[in-house]
Amino acid sequence: MLLEITGLCSHYGRIRALDGVDLSVGDSELVAIVGANGAGKTTLLRTISGVQPASDGSIRFRGADITRTPPAKRVRLGIAQVPEGRQMFAPMSVEDNLILGGFTRPRHEIDSSLETVYGLFPRLKERRRQPAGTLSGGEQQMLAIARALMAKPDLLLMDEPSMGLAPRIVERIFDTIRELRSTGVTMLLVEQNAFAALSVADRGYVLESGRIVLAGRAAELLADDRVKAAYLGL
Amino acid sequence: MAEFLQFLFSGLTVGAIYALIALGFSLIYNASHLINFAQGEFVMIGGMATVFLAAAGIELPLAALLAVLLAVAVAIAIERLGIAPAKGASVVGLIIVTIGASILIRGLAGIVWDRNFHSLPAISGEEPLVVMGATLLPQSLWIFGVTGLTALLLWFFFAKTLWGKAMMAAAYNPLAAQLVGIDTRRVVLVSFALAGALGALAGVLITPLAPTHFQVGVMLGLKGFAAAIVGGLGSGLGAIVGGLVIGIAEAMAAGYLASAYKDAVAFVIILLFLVLWPSGLFGLRGIERV
Ligand SMILES: Nc1ncnc2c1ncn2[C@@H]1O[C@H](COP(=O)(O)OP(=O)(O)OP(=O)(O)O)[C@@H](O)[C@H]1O
Ligand SMILES: [Mg+2]
Repeated sequence: MLLEITGLCSHYGRIRALDGVDLSVGDSELVAIVGANGAGKTTLLRTISGVQPASDGSIRFRGADITRTPPAKRVRLGIAQVPEGRQMFAPMSVEDNLILGGFTRPRHEIDSSLETVYGLFPRLKERRRQPAGTLSGGEQQMLAIARALMAKPDLLLMDEPSMGLAPRIVERIFDTIRELRSTGVTMLLVEQNAFAALSVADRGYVLESGRIVLAGRAAELLADDRVKAAYLGL
Repeated sequence: MAEFLQFLFSGLTVGAIYALIALGFSLIYNASHLINFAQGEFVMIGGMATVFLAAAGIELPLAALLAVLLAVAVAIAIERLGIAPAKGASVVGLIIVTIGASILIRGLAGIVWDRNFHSLPAISGEEPLVVMGATLLPQSLWIFGVTGLTALLLWFFFAKTLWGKAMMAAAYNPLAAQLVGIDTRRVVLVSFALAGALGALAGVLITPLAPTHFQVGVMLGLKGFAAAIVGGLGSGLGAIVGGLVIGIAEAMAAGYLASAYKDAVAFVIILLFLVLWPSGLFGLRGIERV
């Protein structure tokens, strides 16, 4: 297993946001996490990246315990995140945002990686001198994904990449996720849009109030009556 | 005209010093959103340590270099011992830590060194140049040159190098910075070290013109803070312009009104800006909050 999480708990002060989460992601898998607002999805990704401390349980990455590893080190180990709300370096140019995405990479590999992500998002290449904060929402989301890809991660965490975007752009983002998947990038995808997420994923987990309440093949979850009722609006 | 020029020269000289101090405030503010009230003590250490090392027989350039390194060491100690361990403390709490550090450093300086005024010889002598009837000391030229060069180096570092960009990124969005692998705690440490060096450099340069003393950091720190506020906390260009604005305003007030008003000028300007224009001339607040 690339990522193995057992009994993970996390708190905001006295609020328990994660309550014993068990989850795993295998090499080249695309795993989706669905759950209602406030279920703890963002907290889970923040804890995996290390920007939110775990209060109990463990996170193992390629077999090594990283539960207490500082966030910067986890990026070097191969974990990148597309955070909720895009989180641009707003006054800096698109290209600087991308270069910083490759902060942990050897200097000589940056140019070829830039070409790769520009190939994926030609729009970003056109705008590369523009401050990231002046991009449209969809363009910022593309930049957030491209910036995370610059780290050439072994595991890509994505927190609601489709949030607040027009259907056409959402489709474009999911196309990108499929493209990445076909190149073998391992992904853990958090989505409000449970149908879209489970349609591209191999496996899925349903998170409720900080606990995993359902897990299985994505196709099975899509067919599950409880999932249909609670998350697919069927 | 000669009189005006004279006041202008003196304002630009002291303004360049304020600019160096203000750059230190802005660096630390960017990295941690702290106002480091020990910034003035780095200036004092620069001057006092050079004086005492030179008195111990060390050649002046080496003494100055060692003084700068001492200030860097003190700055690192403040960050490691006072700021880094206080994880989760509020910004106000940390600012109080820096105030405590400044009182401690001042007290130690008064004991380890002494409580007298000291001066240093000017780098290129005291023979003034006459420019359109006004006199300009060679030390002023050194101050302009060193401040200009320092500003240029800092600009290059932050605009062109990966580490500089990473430090800016950590200022704009600490969460995103951590998620791309930037060690934001290291950024804070480096900012303190740089601020220590800038402050001490200011202290070394100004001591030949204005004698140093263990308490000289209080007023110089406040002037540098005023400069940073005027320019917009966190802006490098703002720190330079703010420093020159405060320096010139002070020199004009002292020249045309009365020298007793000199120190009041900086305070009046701080108050005006905090009330009327809190983001300062070059403050980034508008863009930062996208
Ligand atoms: N900074 C915080 N301080 C206190 N409580 C928080 C904080 N962030 C999140 N929480 C709480 O933790 C719980 C989980 O929040 P989280 O952001 O992980 O949910 P989410 O599943 O990502 O929701 P959404 O779908 O709305 O993004 C919520 O009850 C939330 O109120
Ligand atoms: Mg969320």
